[in-house]
Amino acid sequence: MTTAAPIIDLNLMIPEIFLFLWACLVFTYDLVTKRKSGNAVAWLALAGPVLTGILTVVMFSAGFYGYGKAAGAMFEVDPMAVFFKIIFLGAAFFAIGSSFGLLKNRIVNHRGEFFGLILLSTVGMLFLAASREMISLYVGLELTTIPLFVLAAFFKDDRLSVEAGIKYLIIGALSSALLLYGMSFLYGLGGTTDIWQWKLEVARIAGKGEGVGVILTLSVITILAGLGFKLALPPFHQWAPDVYQGAPTPVAAFLSVGSKAAGLVAFAKLMIGGMVAFWDPVMIPNDWGILTAILAASAMIVGNVVAVRQSNIKRMMAYSSIAQAGYIMVGMVALNDFCLSSVAFYMFAYMFANMGAFAVIALIEDATGSCEISTYAGLSRTSPALAVTMTVFLLSLTGIPPLAGFMAKYYVFAAAIQSAGASPTFGFLYWLVGVGLVTSVVALYYYANIIKQMYFHDRPSTSPITFDAPMVMVLAVALCGVVVFGLFPEPVLQFARQIPPPYELFQH
Amino acid sequence: MIPVQPEVGVAFWMLAFVIIMSGAMVVSLRNIFHCALCLIICLSAVAGIFILLEAEFLAAAQVLIYVGAVSILIIFAVMLTSNLAVQKIVQTNENALVAFVICLVFMGGTCALVDATHVWRYTAEALPANNTLEIGRQLMTDYMLPFEVVSILLIAALIGAIMLAREEKT
Repeated sequence: MTTAAPIIDLNLMIPEIFLFLWACLVFTYDLVTKRKSGNAVAWLALAGPVLTGILTVVMFSAGFYGYGKAAGAMFEVDPMAVFFKIIFLGAAFFAIGSSFGLLKNRIVNHRGEFFGLILLSTVGMLFLAASREMISLYVGLELTTIPLFVLAAFFKDDRLSVEAGIKYLIIGALSSALLLYGMSFLYGLGGTTDIWQWKLEVARIAGKGEGVGVILTLSVITILAGLGFKLALPPFHQWAPDVYQGAPTPVAAFLSVGSKAAGLVAFAKLMIGGMVAFWDPVMIPNDWGILTAILAASAMIVGNVVAVRQSNIKRMMAYSSIAQAGYIMVGMVALNDFCLSSVAFYMFAYMFANMGAFAVIALIEDATGSCEISTYAGLSRTSPALAVTMTVFLLSLTGIPPLAGFMAKYYVFAAAIQSAGASPTFGFLYWLVGVGLVTSVVALYYYANIIKQMYFHDRPSTSPITFDAPMVMVLAVALCGVVVFGLFPEPVLQFARQIPPPYELFQH
Repeated sequence: MIPVQPEVGVAFWMLAFVIIMSGAMVVSLRNIFHCALCLIICLSAVAGIFILLEAEFLAAAQVLIYVGAVSILIIFAVMLTSNLAVQKIVQTNENALVAFVICLVFMGGTCALVDATHVWRYTAEALPANNTLEIGRQLMTDYMLPFEVVSILLIAALIGAIMLAREEKT
C-alpha cells in the first residue's frame, strides 16, 4: 500500500501557525511570570492579531504568500478567505483591546487563559475561512466555538456568566450535531467531502435524472438549522440574549462579530459554494434561498422589535446583532455577482461599529458596574467625547449616511434588488428588502433611545469615565473605520469584489 | 437497495429497539444514576450498529471512548456529588409535550425523506478489509490538516476545562 503524503504547502498557513504559536507564548508567559504578569500579558496578546496581520501583508507583498491551495486542496487562500481573515483578526484585536478594564478586579487569576483562548478561537476562524472541504470546515468551526464556551463562563463566581457558558455549550453542541447530520447526508450523496468535487458529483447524478432533491431538502434543513443557531437567526436565537448578557462584555463582542462571521463563512462555503448549482429550476425542490429568506425576515423583525423592549444594553445589542445577521442574509440570498462581496463588506463595516459600541459598553460597565440603559443618562455632560463616539457607532449600526454602516446596508440591498430585477425567481427579494427597510426604522428607534439617554437626560449619573491607553486605541481605530470606510469605501469594496461569484466559488 | 441478509436485519431492529428505549429512559428516569446506566446501554447498542455496518474501528472507539471513558466519568461525577444519586429529579418541564411532538415530526420527516432517496453512494462492496489501517492512512495523508487542527482544538479544550474546574485560591 502506498502512503504518499500530500504536499502541505506551509507557506500558505503561516498566519494560522504564527497565531497559534503566539497563543502558546501568551499561555507560557503568564505561567513563567507566576501569574503576576499584570497588563503585560494583555499587551502581548494584543500584539498577536496585529503582528499576524502585518506578517501576512508583508509576506503577501514579498510574494512569499498568495492565493493558492495547500494540504491536498483542503486549504485554500482565496480573496474571500483573506477578506474574512482580516475581519477575524480585527475582531480579536478589538476584543482583546477592550478587555484591559477587566484585569483590575474581574480577571485576576487566569489572564493568560483568557487571552490565549481568544487567540485560539481566532486560529479556528482562520482555518475555517481557508477550508474548502467539509471536515476541515467542521473542525475549524469547532475550534472557533469551544474556546468561546469557556470564555462565556469565565467569571466562575458569577451566576449569569456560568449560565451563559452552559447555555452556549448545549446550544453549540446541538447546532454542531445538526450541522454534522446535514453534512453526513451530503457525503452519502456525493461520496466526497471536498465541496467542489461534491458539487460536480451531485450535478452528475442529478443530470442522469435521478432525484437528489428530496435528500438535499433534508440536508438543507438540518444545515440551515445548525448554522442558524450559530448565526442566531430566529427561531434559533433564544440563546443569544442570555449568553451576551452573562458573558464578559469583550467576549460578547467577539461572539457577535467573530463567531457570527465564522458562521457566515461556513454558510457561504456550504450553501453558496456547494448548493448553488442546484438553484436550477430543473433540480427543484431545493429552494434554500426561500427558506433562508424566511429566516432573514424573521431575524430582522424579531431582532429589531424585541430590542426595543430591552432595558439592559447587552441584551439590546444581542437582539440588534440578531437583526444585523438578518440584513447580512439578505445579501447572501441574492446569489448574484455582488452577493458575497456585499456580505463581506457588510461584515467589515459591522465589525468596526459593533466592536466599537461594545468597547464603550465595556468601558461604562468597568466604571459603573452596570449595563442598564439608564446608566447612560447624562453621559454627554460627564464624558462628551465618549458620548459622541458611542453616537457615531450607533448611527453606523442604524445605517445613517455617511457612515460605513450605511454603505454596507446600501450594497446588501442593492445586490438583492439587482437580483430581484434580473430574474422573476428572485421576486421574493423585493419583499425581503421591504422588510429590511421597514425594520431599519424600528432599529433607529432603539439606537436613538440610547443617544437620547446620553444627551437629553439631565441626571449626570457617573463621574467622568477614565480611559486606559488600549481602550483609547480601540475606540480610535473603530471610529476611524466607521467614518473612513463610510466616506471612502472604494478600496475595501474593490478588494471585496475580487471574491468570486457564487457559481465560481472554489472553481480553480 | 443493497440486499440485506435477514439475520442482519433482525439484529438491526433489535439494536434499534434497545437504542430508542434506553435513550428514552436516559431523558425520562427520575434517578440520575439510573440515567447514566441507561446511557451506557444506549451507547453500547450504537457500537453494535457500527459492527453491523462493518465499521469495526468505530465500534471499538465507541466502546472505548463513550462507554469506557465518558459514561464512567459521568457515573463518577454522580457518585462523588453528595446526595445526587439518591435524589429524585424531574427531567421534564411544561414544554415536554411540544418538544416530543417536534422530535416525532423531525424523526418521521427524516425517515420519509431518507427512504424516498435512492441515489446513495453505496460503497459497501468497496470497503477495505482492514478499515482501521485505512482510517489511519487517510488521517496521516489526505486528512492530515484537520487531524492537526483537532490537536489544537484539544489543547484549547484542555486548558479551558482545567481553568473552569480549578478551585480558586483567594
